Amino acid sequence: MVEHILLRHRAIPGLDQIDTYRQNEGFLALRKVITSMDPDDVTNEVKASGLRGRGGAGFPTGMKWSFIDGHNWPHYVIANADESEPGTFKDREIMEGNPYQFLEGVTICAYAVKATDAYIYLRGEFWPIALKLDQCIAEMEAAGFLGEKLFGSNISIHLHTHLGAGAYICGEESALLDSIEGKLGQPRLRPPFPPAVGIYGKPTIVNNVETLTNVPFIINRGAAWYKGIGTEKSPGPKIFSLSGCINRPGNYELPLGTTFRELIMDHGRGIPGGHKIKAIMAAGASSSLIVANDEALNTPMDYESVPQLGAQLGSASIIVVDDSVNIPWLINKTVHFFTHESCGKCTPCREGTYWMMHLTERINHGKATMKDVELLHDVASQMKGKCLCALGEFSIEAVLSGIERFPADFESVTAKSNA
Amino acid sequence: MNGLLEKYPDEVQAILAKYPSDQAGKRSAVMPLMYLAQRQDGYVTKDAIGQIAEICEITVTEVASIIGFYSLYYDEPSGKYHVQVCTDLPCALRGAEQFLENLCQNLGIKVGETTADGMVKVEAVMCLAGCDKAPMFQVQSPEGLEYHENQTVESALEVINKLRQG
Repeated sequence: MVEHILLRHRAIPGLDQIDTYRQNEGFLALRKVITSMDPDDVTNEVKASGLRGRGGAGFPTGMKWSFIDGHNWPHYVIANADESEPGTFKDREIMEGNPYQFLEGVTICAYAVKATDAYIYLRGEFWPIALKLDQCIAEMEAAGFLGEKLFGSNISIHLHTHLGAGAYICGEESALLDSIEGKLGQPRLRPPFPPAVGIYGKPTIVNNVETLTNVPFIINRGAAWYKGIGTEKSPGPKIFSLSGCINRPGNYELPLGTTFRELIMDHGRGIPGGHKIKAIMAAGASSSLIVANDEALNTPMDYESVPQLGAQLGSASIIVVDDSVNIPWLINKTVHFFTHESCGKCTPCREGTYWMMHLTERINHGKATMKDVELLHDVASQMKGKCLCALGEFSIEAVLSGIERFPADFESVTAKSNA
Repeated sequence: MNGLLEKYPDEVQAILAKYPSDQAGKRSAVMPLMYLAQRQDGYVTKDAIGQIAEICEITVTEVASIIGFYSLYYDEPSGKYHVQVCTDLPCALRGAEQFLENLCQNLGIKVGETTADGMVKVEAVMCLAGCDKAPMFQVQSPEGLEYHENQTVESALEVINKLRQG
């Protein structure tokens, strides 16, 4: 059993209390950076650790921090706590169980990029968590870990929570920025990227909750120690949210590079009801469907290996699909989700998801022929590379891979109409 | 006369203080102010829309468009309690669709309808980040928002009956 770094609350009761957190290495990293490190040294340490964004894109975190535009002020930091991908429930556990480590990470990031204000954007359903974080922020201010003149320096950092209101698209970073600005949460055309032009037109670093929660440990124990976990190109621990047809669903913090087999068969204790595993979705509803053969199960879950299966690791929301599940039903579910959540700004996504929903509905209800399946494949293919943001691009992943990798399921569901 | 500002001066100031003091910052207060108004009336009233527009220095149309865009804001009254069951893929793989259907059958309503006493509206909603504890639902009420996880039809009916009593 590897030591937990992110889900430490499972071994340390009361870690969501500031005193307990302080007794367990809490705020040592924050003290260290403000009293003895230059902001750029902090960024360089994070860069050296190889930490990559845990929200889904896997972009190197330290590199992102180094892109902040030093000629335009003030700077902002935003923690993306919108967590709305079906199958993802890791940030919720971090914020409920280990909130101070997350908030310490946000504060260190603010110091590194010379921001005085940071916003934590939570999905509206996390209202009770926002209340909890507000209390934690107040405790940190009272203890001198947030506010003015931190540790006797001239550094001031303030954290604020901001609640979304039920829109998946606001997890997309540029839509999130517009949402905080009080506009419709719709993606922006990029470039410019947020480190150049972010919230209120100012340089902004947007990082996922899990990403930021790694930071205090990287500072405390050093980049070299951190690189000892995981693989060379994908270092560090990752929380895998395991759901679907599985005996023991839940969050599992494991080194990047752990195989699908170990997660699903050992930690998750396999498939219930005597069923066999059929497919794996590694990035929630945004996934391609991976055929769950031996090769796939033996594949390490990291940012380099999963693409070799024609899929992405994304936020590592592993949805397990067993042999009782019909793929036309499954893609109808995912398409329904994306149709509901499409923001309507760009035509390929708004229209494409709408027509994919009608087609998958017909196919799933056995009222379609293979010609309709071909049409669905055609619609999805035409959306590819043409959407304004990743939502539209993700909406076709399960559709295309489902049709291409599980053709028998579509033949059987259309058999009656074909005849 | 701004009713919202008059009734909740401290809350409104605390919300505005989170954002820059210029006009762009004031506009950021629109979402939290909408929650404040909704907590009071169960939905964002026409009057509240006007008051929020005034505080944020934007038009009434802009405020109204935000209500329409997000699914947690309401511009008309509905059931006092919203029981919102997630039926997205991970929950559906753990029986959430059957759970919702049986629950509604027991309440004598269809999905999306409100119980005869007008107290509880039962809806299917998108992912709530409770995938490992499905079937699950959230209860949205004037008092706030509450998760109920690892549910059976029986345990859900118990929760709903409590809501209907008070």
